[in-house]
Amino acid sequence: MGAGHAHALYVHEHSIVHRLPAEVKLAAVFVFVVSVAITPREAIWAFAVYGAILLVALMTARLHLGFVAARLIAILPFVAFALLIPFIASGETTDLLGIRVSVDGLWASWNILAKATLGASASILLTATTEVPDILEGMAALRVPMVLTSIAGFMIRYLEIIVEELGRMRMAMTARGYRPRWLWQLRPIATAAGAAFVRSYERGERTHGAMLARGYTGVMPRVAPRRAPTWVWLVAGLVLLPVVAVAVAALVAT
Amino acid sequence: MHAPDGFLNAGTAVATGAISAGTVGLALRQAHRELRDKQIPLAGIAAAFVFAAQMFNFPVAAGTTGHLLGGALAAILLGPHMGALVVAIVVVVQAIVFADGGITALGYNLLNMAVIPTYGGYALFSWFRRILPASSGGVVAATGLAAWVSVMLSAMAFSIEWLFGATAPVSFTEVFTAMTAVHLLIGIGEGLISATTVGAVLASRPDLVFGARDLDRARLADRTPARSRVFVIAGLVTALFVAGIVSQFAVDAPDGLQRFAEETGFASSEEQDLSRDRSIFADYATVGIENEVVSLAIAGVAGTLIVAAVGSGLFLAVRPPRRDDDAVAA
Repeated sequence: MGAGHAHALYVHEHSIVHRLPAEVKLAAVFVFVVSVAITPREAIWAFAVYGAILLVALMTARLHLGFVAARLIAILPFVAFALLIPFIASGETTDLLGIRVSVDGLWASWNILAKATLGASASILLTATTEVPDILEGMAALRVPMVLTSIAGFMIRYLEIIVEELGRMRMAMTARGYRPRWLWQLRPIATAAGAAFVRSYERGERTHGAMLARGYTGVMPRVAPRRAPTWVWLVAGLVLLPVVAVAVAALVAT
Repeated sequence: MHAPDGFLNAGTAVATGAISAGTVGLALRQAHRELRDKQIPLAGIAAAFVFAAQMFNFPVAAGTTGHLLGGALAAILLGPHMGALVVAIVVVVQAIVFADGGITALGYNLLNMAVIPTYGGYALFSWFRRILPASSGGVVAATGLAAWVSVMLSAMAFSIEWLFGATAPVSFTEVFTAMTAVHLLIGIGEGLISATTVGAVLASRPDLVFGARDLDRARLADRTPARSRVFVIAGLVTALFVAGIVSQFAVDAPDGLQRFAEETGFASSEEQDLSRDRSIFADYATVGIENEVVSLAIAGVAGTLIVAAVGSGLFLAVRPPRRDDDAVAA
């Protein structure tokens, strides 16, 4: 820890997107992603509109496109699968640069690529402009059970500590000449994982004890929640109106 | 297995979302009953552990690495309810905060990663425990086998979801064969690392292994018998069993089912009926297969196996704990 309240995914900036209440941003991302997911793949124009809206939002939040592109790496395995589809799919074929590919497969590939990129970019925009505690507070405001948001909060708070602990174990093993290349050499790694589990569990017990000592009753105390004013919801709704309209139009048109 | 947005159709996303939400709700209630006020800190830190373990690479071959999925491991260490809850929170946070897996894909991602490997894996673990010796070594071996098969269960579940919600003209049988074969191999790494991890925890804090709560101190100290030979034999038997089932349906079923269809006279009606009434199956997933009955039969058998495993996992988990008398005496 020691890095203050910032986390690696957050980009410190001062923009209207950063200042927007987290619950509004969460709801907006949800509406956007669902609209994208239900849009028929033939409506290419609809995806162009979504992309343009998202681009405007990214610019308003002063995020660099390179940063978003780098973070999109998470969806790579499925991109690889999507690119493979035209070659393994069945049905009518066409020539693409002299290679026979399935027409339907190309459509499917486009469908997955477009939706995955738009969906992932939307959640990258959310986490780059909202700090994790605010996201959790926003989820609570959207009536996600408090137990779940509290557990998630604990998870995120301790994640860095446990990752660093595993990193130190790994460094200690490397310093002693452990350089595994094959599956049957994984014993020390698994033993380290076991040790890390015991340490994490014991840390959980200690934390619980410390919480009890500070008057914990089984429910996290609630800091007076800061609710988004109605006009913010209205403005967000107005901004999202074109997105929903495009989705409906695309559904009707095809 | 973190599928992105739009990977399966909307109906499948909603249906799997309902199943996952229901199961996670149950896990939440049960975890609260087991842990009371300890629930939030313990589950939170255990979730951080699962998350971190997924980022920790282990060697596979020639320097390539894989990473743990951890569903079965979490269920065996923490108990199925707590395991399912913890992995579900990991998957949701990965989708919302880390853009890893789509938000509209959460329904099937949760089902495949948080529900099936935990409850299914725990049921498998209990079954393997029955045939393996009641010792520390037996628990370790059962963990390895359960973790391995649980990964394949997830792969099969994904193929069945593809049957209902495919978005590309790749047939169900192709997806099923590829997914099961790949995860047959991936699962070996998952099994080995889960088993060794549980072994390491048993050596230092055996009381923290939920799946070994019935063992007394003498049996916990007994770490030898099931170490290598029993593990290898049981592993081979499992592999043969799974390969046998899959190949039976891939090779023999067309003839067997075709003959059955001709004899009972439903062969003539099969084509029309299936093509007209298969609206709940995605057209893509059944495209290009001569005999749709075969792929539906494979899906049926695999689906039954998954439902049986997850169902018994839920049953085993909800049932009040049964303890050995000698465990209490010790």
